[in-house]
Amino acid sequence: MAIEKEKLKELYRTMVRIRRFEERVAREFAEGNIPGSVHLYIGEEAVATGAIAHLRKDDYIMSTHRGHGHLIAKGGDPRLMMAELFAKKTGYCLGKGGSMHIASLDIGMLGAAGIVGSGIPIATGAGLSAKLRGTDQVTICFFGDGAANIGRFHEGINLASVWCLPVVFVCENNLWAVSVPTSCSLSVPNVADRAAGYGIPGVVVDGMDVMAVYEAAGEAVARARRGEGPTLIEAKTYRFRGHFEGDAGTYRPKEEVEEWLKRDPVNNFKEKLIKMKVLTEKEAEEIDQAAREEMDEAVKFALESPFPEPEEALKNVYS
Amino acid sequence: MREINFRQAIGEALDEEMARDPSVFILGEDVGKMGGLMGEIGGLYEKYGVDRVRDTPLSEAAILGAAIGAAITGMRPIARMRFADFLGVAWDEIMNQMTKMKYMFGGKIKMPLTMDALTGAGRRQAAQHSQSIEGMLMSIPGLKIVLPSNAYDAKGLLKTAIRDDNPVIFLEHKMLMWAGPKSQVPEEEYLIPFGQANIVREGGDVTVVATAYMVTRALNAAEKLEKEKGISLEIIDPRTIVPFDKETVLNSVKKTGRIVIFTEECQTGSFAAQVAAIVADEAFDYLDAPVKRVNAPDTPVPYGVVLEDFWMPNEEKLIKAVEEIV
Repeated sequence: MAIEKEKLKELYRTMVRIRRFEERVAREFAEGNIPGSVHLYIGEEAVATGAIAHLRKDDYIMSTHRGHGHLIAKGGDPRLMMAELFAKKTGYCLGKGGSMHIASLDIGMLGAAGIVGSGIPIATGAGLSAKLRGTDQVTICFFGDGAANIGRFHEGINLASVWCLPVVFVCENNLWAVSVPTSCSLSVPNVADRAAGYGIPGVVVDGMDVMAVYEAAGEAVARARRGEGPTLIEAKTYRFRGHFEGDAGTYRPKEEVEEWLKRDPVNNFKEKLIKMKVLTEKEAEEIDQAAREEMDEAVKFALESPFPEPEEALKNVYS
Repeated sequence: MREINFRQAIGEALDEEMARDPSVFILGEDVGKMGGLMGEIGGLYEKYGVDRVRDTPLSEAAILGAAIGAAITGMRPIARMRFADFLGVAWDEIMNQMTKMKYMFGGKIKMPLTMDALTGAGRRQAAQHSQSIEGMLMSIPGLKIVLPSNAYDAKGLLKTAIRDDNPVIFLEHKMLMWAGPKSQVPEEEYLIPFGQANIVREGGDVTVVATAYMVTRALNAAEKLEKEKGISLEIIDPRTIVPFDKETVLNSVKKTGRIVIFTEECQTGSFAAQVAAIVADEAFDYLDAPVKRVNAPDTPVPYGVVLEDFWMPNEEKLIKAVEEIV
């Protein structure tokens, strides 16, 4: 599939913005500006970027605990995200959700979730809703390799298949569920192999290659939009940092980490685009500079924002 | 006025709400051609079709997960969970998802989701089909809990539940579903608001707070006590335990000075314990006797006639408790 020049640039810009956002989060977390815990998407940028590039504003995504990249790719505002991470009143969720619980229904972001796998049946429900309302909205459901082993993976995908719902299930297989490798948790070589059990297409894709993800997701989204049902895509990827900030990740073999770091999806894509003459060094630098400035601005916004009133803790339990 | 039973009340409420609002739909096990375990929603599948009356696989987590996903994207699902015991299979959806999302997301979503499930013992269904788990459920902020005791209330409360923008669990007691007495129910539409207790029987000596099927048994006990001992019970049915109309209970205690909380739950961690605490805290000066609770023992529900009858709270146990404090 030939991808237009402008689209390629847009994919690159999104990946850079995710990378720079996450780098700032790491820094702000280390400096003590962000409470709780954060799970960074560095290394996995190509997956959210390539998949979500096919969605409209009114399409849905279901995110995970490692969800900052999904939200940026869906059009989220880094200022509101950063403010939420800083637990500020101006954040996406008034400072009540934090990193693991950001939702923004107006751009179709149905929420991140702290319970691994919980989003899978919920995404099925969003697909059901689109079908019942007679729209052609598509839902992309992201989850990790850890979630592929929880019962909800089976229940959610089975139901989506039985009802032929417009949902694309994207497994971000970064090979490690915290400290447990997929070699200890998967009974088949690929998560996508399980698609056969639900009678849907299962596709393995290089999750470090945004063009490959874009291509696979394009077919899956188009299929869903045509009303032909769900697809299971497995993107082989890697998190470049620990499970959460502060996790040194010593359980992973050094050689493995080094091998994957060479496959950096952002830098390699830049090289590729320059070689393809889609991008000049100067343009790449401009994109990078703009992303850095955007994230500086997000941090400034978060720092200057007020905390919520303590009594805010008592609100929003019920409608 | 015409009379209908509890099952008909459920069917009528669902039918009326589905006719009124196209975003209302049903999903669950055996909701289609079977029309519910006891035929209570018979005819809805034929009337509204397979899209809006959806049979599901045996997949409780997916039923509730799908209901959540539909609820936050503009639909108004009714997830029929059959037995309250089965909620255990989908506990994450209840405890971590439907009741938390609104709060976690800063109030920016609505969760108009109704679940209904059979509750309670008395039908010889043993430990995994007979539990009363409202105590567990009420410890989850964000959930509303309805425990109707008669057909009239069931219809009005279920319609209110479906129109509510919060997750609601509607618990149908088996003894009422199978063989509960008929109620006079008007043809015309009515709703019963949540958080409004019903004084089922007025009396002056002892306040009895009873839920679901225990209301029936409390009424039997009240008649006996009145006739044989001249003791007058005031029976209050909270109808919804979240939200809970504590004012009606406190006002009654201020009048009687005595209270027995009569529910079918295991006693520890129960709604009954919560009511006892509220009364001790807020009406202590009006009490002339200790707060009493008549509930089930802290054991699983046993199978079989002898054991289950021994286990269940009943008229004799209530009468004994009343006699201890008058």
